[in-house]
Amino acid sequence: MRKAFIAGLCELAAADERIVLMTGDLGYMALEPFRERFPQRFFNMGVAEQNMIGVATGLAEAGFLPYAYSIGTFASLRPFEFIRNGPVHHQLPVRIVGMGMGFEYGHSGPTHYALEDIGVMRALPGLSVVIPADSAQTATAIKRTSDLKGPVYYSLGKDDKISIPGLNGQFEMGRVQMIRDGSDVAIIAMGSITQEAAAAAQDLAKLGVEAAVIVVSNFHPGAEEHLGSILGRFRDVITVEAHTLSGGLAAFAASIIATRGIGCRLRALGVCTPPDGTSGNQDERWRKHGLDRASIVRQVSMVREFSLRTASP
Amino acid sequence: MNKQSSQPMAIHDSINPQAMRRIILSQSKRANVGHIGSCLCVVEILAALYSSILRAERPDDPDRDRFVLSKGHSGLALYAALALKGWLPLEQLDTFCGENTLLGVHPESALLGVDFTTGSLGQGICIAVGAALAARLQGSQRRVFCLISDGECNEGSVWEAVMFAAQRRLANLHVIIDLNGQQALALTRDVMNQSNMAERWRAFGWRTSEVDGHSVPALVGALGKTDGGSPNLVIARTVFGKGVDYMERGVPLSQTHLTVNPINWHYLPMSDKEYQIAMEQVESRV
Repeated sequence: MRKAFIAGLCELAAADERIVLMTGDLGYMALEPFRERFPQRFFNMGVAEQNMIGVATGLAEAGFLPYAYSIGTFASLRPFEFIRNGPVHHQLPVRIVGMGMGFEYGHSGPTHYALEDIGVMRALPGLSVVIPADSAQTATAIKRTSDLKGPVYYSLGKDDKISIPGLNGQFEMGRVQMIRDGSDVAIIAMGSITQEAAAAAQDLAKLGVEAAVIVVSNFHPGAEEHLGSILGRFRDVITVEAHTLSGGLAAFAASIIATRGIGCRLRALGVCTPPDGTSGNQDERWRKHGLDRASIVRQVSMVREFSLRTASP
Repeated sequence: MNKQSSQPMAIHDSINPQAMRRIILSQSKRANVGHIGSCLCVVEILAALYSSILRAERPDDPDRDRFVLSKGHSGLALYAALALKGWLPLEQLDTFCGENTLLGVHPESALLGVDFTTGSLGQGICIAVGAALAARLQGSQRRVFCLISDGECNEGSVWEAVMFAAQRRLANLHVIIDLNGQQALALTRDVMNQSNMAERWRAFGWRTSEVDGHSVPALVGALGKTDGGSPNLVIARTVFGKGVDYMERGVPLSQTHLTVNPINWHYLPMSDKEYQIAMEQVESRV
């Protein structure tokens, strides 16, 4: 998604002189295309994320469209109050770009895992949150959200090779994408871990279970209406996210189900345990937290079994 | 609530510090709130800025000089300056600390004349740096003034902003420190000693000067000066609660159970007696 982001941003910047790119001294082998093409509009702000967001606020008030880039945790959590009182409070078009979804920074360890950023950013009404699932969707999302009047937080993945089957670069604020239909169970996924959900659905089909796969890629304005209209026909819903269960996808789906009185049961897969000091590559982390393809298949099977056992005759 | 477009209003050539003090005292008393000492000590700084320094025909002119009150707890002093300048209707001052008001303790950018919302220390100066960088990039002659407190310099983000502004040689940035020597709970020297403030900023690459923060002519002479290459700091030496002797000395006249402490008037509202004495002192110095 990183290459798609910078390519999309270069394209936008060529047509819009308001765009500037700031980085908290990160983005090696990623941001160079922008820096080389627009050196006067590229700013290494140093390892100082609070000031970066403050400066972005001052620039945006004067008419600029600043993109502030860092690793997800550093871009969102460190300057959280600056985001809240700056671009969100003033409703200025600052774009905050957090790199590295979930466990993507693997061996860099827990300080680099973006497991709360979506929940924390979602806590701010007036901040749009965009979480593409693959590179093609990133390309569309960057273009479609560039002219939003308010601020945006992007959670992007480093991996440029991910391509979710059936997603085909679709993105629309306030809408979800159903990339596979099925009548037995709905699997809702967010971010690059959607690839595990899509793969699990293929495995489930071989077991005779038809799973729909739905991708949630944005909040504020959220897809409550759209997702709510889809979930009504399912008895079982599974959410999959490389994120804690607070404030992210599970919280979003649970709120829709509860407030609309939708008659389905939700099984939320996410990070439920506090850090234990261990680290590992992304695949290992997904397995450890029960978020990988095989775990999803296992959970769907358990949910289905429970539903069939408790079904009214 | 949206900012309303400004109508041309009378511009006052001179903003009288004692008139500002009367507004601060009367509105603090009416609203029964504190932060009085913090407001009284920045009166001359704001008077100098709004009477002589800030280049702004109208509060919504896009190319006006920007002002960021990074020490947002002096909001009432800013409202007083805006009112005397004619940018805020005098009667609107009576909504200070009212319900559903735009005039809270800390200034709100939804209020015409307030460039940025502040209230969380260490944030305004970062925004000011961005505003100065924006002016540079746009080839504008507009300048950015930012008032911070000495206690605010405890915040690490202040030093992030200081380093970046020096690195980018933002000579259009003018920061003023209200050096009153105290912060919320104690004297600054007893919390995070910064007695060599000018030296610290010079070490980071700033041009510094020091003035009597209660002399409008001295402030006018110092503010806006630049060597063209470095960001600028004016250290304004001030007295907390300036203009009301018992506040300057930290004496809580009515609450005799409290000990004499310079920080008292960071928090206390005034009793009727204290208000009467304070107003008499301010009136006598006009």
